[in-house]
Amino acid sequence: MKQGKSNPLLQITRLSKHFGGLPALAEVSFRAEKGQVTALIGPNGAGKTTLINCLTGVVRPDQGEIWFDGVNLAGLPAHRIARLGVSRTFQNLRIFPRLAVLDNVLCGLTAQAGDSMFLALLRPPNLRHRERRLRLAAMEALDAFGLADKAALPAGILPYGDKKRLEMARAFVSQPVLTLLDEPVAGLNPEETARIAGLIRQMRLSGKTMVLVEHDMELVMGVSDRVVVLDGGSRIAAGSPEEVRTNPLVLEAYLGRMSATA
Amino acid sequence: MKLPSKTRAYIIRHHTGLMVCGLSVVLLATPLVVNNPYNLGILNLIGLYVIAVLGLNLFIGYAGQISLGHAAFFGLGAYGSAILTTTYQLPPWPALALTAVSVAVVALIIGVPTLRLSGHYLAMATLGFNYVVHSIWVQWDAVTGGPSGLSGIPPLSLFGLVFDNDVKFHYLVWGFAMVALTLCLNLVRSGVGRGLAALAQDEVAASALGVDVARAKVGVFVLSAVFASVAGSLYAHYFGYVNPDGFSIFKSLDLVIMVVVGGLGSIWGTLFGVGFITVLPHLLDFFETYSDIIHGVILVVILLFLPQGLVTGLADYSKIRLARRRLAAGDG
Repeated sequence: MKQGKSNPLLQITRLSKHFGGLPALAEVSFRAEKGQVTALIGPNGAGKTTLINCLTGVVRPDQGEIWFDGVNLAGLPAHRIARLGVSRTFQNLRIFPRLAVLDNVLCGLTAQAGDSMFLALLRPPNLRHRERRLRLAAMEALDAFGLADKAALPAGILPYGDKKRLEMARAFVSQPVLTLLDEPVAGLNPEETARIAGLIRQMRLSGKTMVLVEHDMELVMGVSDRVVVLDGGSRIAAGSPEEVRTNPLVLEAYLGRMSATA
Repeated sequence: MKLPSKTRAYIIRHHTGLMVCGLSVVLLATPLVVNNPYNLGILNLIGLYVIAVLGLNLFIGYAGQISLGHAAFFGLGAYGSAILTTTYQLPPWPALALTAVSVAVVALIIGVPTLRLSGHYLAMATLGFNYVVHSIWVQWDAVTGGPSGLSGIPPLSLFGLVFDNDVKFHYLVWGFAMVALTLCLNLVRSGVGRGLAALAQDEVAASALGVDVARAKVGVFVLSAVFASVAGSLYAHYFGYVNPDGFSIFKSLDLVIMVVVGGLGSIWGTLFGVGFITVLPHLLDFFETYSDIIHGVILVVILLFLPQGLVTGLADYSKIRLARRRLAAGDG
C-alpha cells in the first residue's frame, strides 16, 4: 500500500463482499485524506458501487473494516453513518420529486432538525427558531449551487442538470465531514459537466473531503488529488492522477477499454 | 384592493395559524346556524372521524405505509372507555387517558415486528389484527357484552359542564379535532415531518440523510393509533353504547377511503375526505344500499387517476402546471 499521511479521515482495510458466491469486492483497501478529493474509478462491475454501498450502510460487508474518524462503520445502519457526517449523492438520482426544491435541501439537515416527534407535535418556540435557521442555511446552499430562484418549485419538474446539482446541495448543506459523489456528471452535457467540476473544486477549496466515483476521466483527472482504480472487485492501482494515467495495469484494465470505445 | 406589505407578509408567514383560527371561529358559530340536531349529529360524527383519519393520514401519507386495521384502534378506544367507565366505574377522563396509553402500547407491540414488513404484508397484518380484535369483541361476552355490546356509558363532563347533547358535544369533539389538526400541522412542518415525507418517497435516500426509517414508521403508527383511540373514546361517550359493528374491517376500509379522498399527506384535505364520505350517504338515499360498491368505485377511480389521492392529486397537478409555466417563462 502506498504510504500517505499517517492519519487518513477514511481508512478501509481488506473489505470483502460476495453476492451469492460472486466476489463483488475482494479485500479492497482504500483511504481518503482530509480535505482532498479521492477518486474511485474502474470499469463497470469493478465494485465501485458495492464499495460505496458498504461505506454508507446500504449493504453489509462480509469482512473488513471501514474506519472513519475513529469509528468502524462496517455493519452500521445507514442513518447512523449519515449522522456521523457522511453524506452522499446517488448514481441514479434520488431526490424527492414531490417535495419543493427547498424542502429537498432541508431534508439534508434531518439530523440538525431534531428527532423528537413529541416536540415536533407541540412546535415550541425554540423549534420554530431552529426551523428558520435551517431554512436560511438551505437557502444559502441553494444559492451556492445555483438553484435559489427555483426554491419553491416541486423538485420533480426540474431539468436533469438542476436535479443533479440539487442532490449535491442536499449532500453539502449539513456541513458533512465526508461526501461521496456517485457519478455526479453521468448524463450531463459538457457545459453542465464543467459547472459540476467547478462546484467540486469550490467545495474542495472550502475544505470539504470528497470521494468521487466517476466514469468521466476528464473530470476525474481535473479535480482529484488521488485516484484509486478497481477492477474485478480488487484494487489494481492508486496514486496521483498522473501516476494512474501512466500505470500499465490501469491502461490495460481500464483506459485501454476506454480508448477502444472512445 | 391591495394590502399593505406588512400585513401581507404577516398573512403569508402565519397562514397556517390563521387558517386554524378562522376554522375555529366558523366551528364556534356553527351551532347558531345549524340548529337541526340531525345535521349537528352528522357534523359531530365528522369531527370524530377527523381525529382518527388525521392520524391515519400521517401514517399512509407521510410514513408511506398502509393500515387496513385502524378501526381496531378506534374500537379499542371505544371499548376501553366503555369497559373502564361501566364495569370498573372509572371517571371518563382518566379512562380515556388510560385507554389511549394502553392502545399506544398495543400499537408498539404490533408495530415493531410488522413495520419491518412492507406493502402487502403490512396491509395483511393490520387486516388480520382488526379481524382478531373484532372476533374478541363478538365472542368474549363476559367483558365486551358480545354482539350487542355495552351500554350505559356516561357522557364526558368538564368543570361541571356535561357534554350530553349534540350542541355541547359539538364543542367538545371539534375542540379535540382542532387540537389534533394543529398537532398534525406542527408535525408536518417540522424536521421530523420532512423526514417522514422523505421516507414516504424514497426510503434509501431518507436513511442516507439520517432518517431512522424503522423508528419513524413505528412512531407514526403509534401516534395514529393514539389518535384513533381518543376518537373511539369520545365516540363511546357520545353515543353511550358500543357494539362490534362499528369497528369491523369494513370500517377500516372506510377510514382508508377517507384518507384517499382527502389526499395522501394532506392535513387540510382530511377534513374534506371525512366530510365527503360521511355526508354522501345522507344526501343520496340509494347510497345506503350500495355504499360498498360506491366506496369501491371511488377508491379505484381515484387511485387509478390520482395515486396521491383526490385533494393532494389535484393540488399537485395544478402546482406542477403552474411551476412548469414559471420554469418555461424563466428559461425563455
